[in-house]
Amino acid sequence: MKILVGVKRVVDYAVKIRVKPDRSGVVTEGVQHSMNPFDEIALEEAVKLKEKKLATEVVAFSLGGPKSAEVLRTALAKGADKAIHVQVSDDEAGKLESFHVAKTLQKIVEQEKFDAVFLGKQAIDDDSSQTAPILAGLLDWPQALYASKVEEGGSGHMKVTREIDGGLDTIKVKVPFVLSADLRLNEPRYATLPNIMKAKKKPLKNIPIKDLGVDITPQTETVEVTEPPVRKAGGFVEDVSALVAKLKEKGFVKA
Amino acid sequence: MSMRNRVVDLYKNLYHMGKEYPGGSKWFHDRLKLAFSKNKDVQDVTQIEQLIARGEFVIKEIEALYSLRKYRAMKQRYYDKDDEVMQATKKFEDSVQKL
Repeated sequence: MKILVGVKRVVDYAVKIRVKPDRSGVVTEGVQHSMNPFDEIALEEAVKLKEKKLATEVVAFSLGGPKSAEVLRTALAKGADKAIHVQVSDDEAGKLESFHVAKTLQKIVEQEKFDAVFLGKQAIDDDSSQTAPILAGLLDWPQALYASKVEEGGSGHMKVTREIDGGLDTIKVKVPFVLSADLRLNEPRYATLPNIMKAKKKPLKNIPIKDLGVDITPQTETVEVTEPPVRKAGGFVEDVSALVAKLKEKGFVKA
Repeated sequence: MSMRNRVVDLYKNLYHMGKEYPGGSKWFHDRLKLAFSKNKDVQDVTQIEQLIARGEFVIKEIEALYSLRKYRAMKQRYYDKDDEVMQATKKFEDSVQKL
C-alpha cells in the first residue's frame, strides 16, 4: 500500500494570533510556522503502518508557497520516504481553498498511483475540514473521516474506528480510500536532530502548480477578519435581593 | 563513535530539543551549558556513560512534555468537553436511569 499524506504549513499552535490592522487577514510575516498538528497525526499513522509492513511507501505532500518545503523536510524527518511540493506563490498560497488542495491531490494520486491518502481532520488555521471529503468525492473513493484507530480489515479492506458525536463508529473501507485523522489516533513522534540530518538526503520533488493544470482561482472572497469579542468583566452585587433585582432587570428570572 | 563525539552529539541533540522550550529557549540553553561544563573534568568511563544516559533520559522527557503540551492545546481548542467530565456525566446518567 502506497500512502500519500497531506501536510499543511500553518501558523504554529503556540503563537498568539493577531489580526492585521486593515482586517484583511491574520499576521503571518515573522511568525513561527509549523506543520498542522492533525497532519502530524495523519503522517504518524502512515509511518506506523509502514513500520508494521502494512504500507510500502509514505509520501508527504504539500501545496503552498516556497516555505512549505520546511514542513515537508519535517515530514521526511518524521519518517516519510519522499516528498512532493506543489508550489504556488506566497500570494496565491494565502487564497488557496480546500477545493484547490483536493484537486491538486487528485492529480498527484492519478499520476503516481497511490492506495490511500491520509490527511488531518482539519487545519488549525482555516478549520474547514473539507479537503478529505472533497478528495474522496473527486476520486470516487470511500472515506474514513475522524479516524481514531486504523487496523487491517482483511481482503483488501481496512477497519477504521471513527469518533462521532456520542460514541464510536467502526467501519470497513475498501482500499483505495481517503482517511482523515482525529486527535486520539496516535501520539506523533518528535523530529530529532539526527533524523532531520538524514532527511536532507531524502528526495523532495518540486512541481509548479501550472504543470498540473489545476485552476486555483479563488471561489470565495474574504470580506473581513476580526478578533473574537473580548469577554466583559463582571460586577459584584451587595446581597441576594440586589442579585434578584439585577436578574429581573436583565430578564433572566420572571418578575 | 568515540566517547567525545557521543558527548558532543548529545549536547547538539539537547540544544535542538531546547529550541521549542515553553517560555523561551534561553533558560533551557543556559542550564544545558551549565550542566555540561559542570562535568567537563569527568574522566571515569562508567561515570561518563551514566551521564550520557541521563542526557538521553532528559531528551525523552522533553519530547513527552512537548507532545503533551500540544495535545492539551488541541484538546482544549477543539474538544470542549473534558474526557473525565464526559465519563462522570455518563456514569451519572446511567445511575439516574436505574432509579
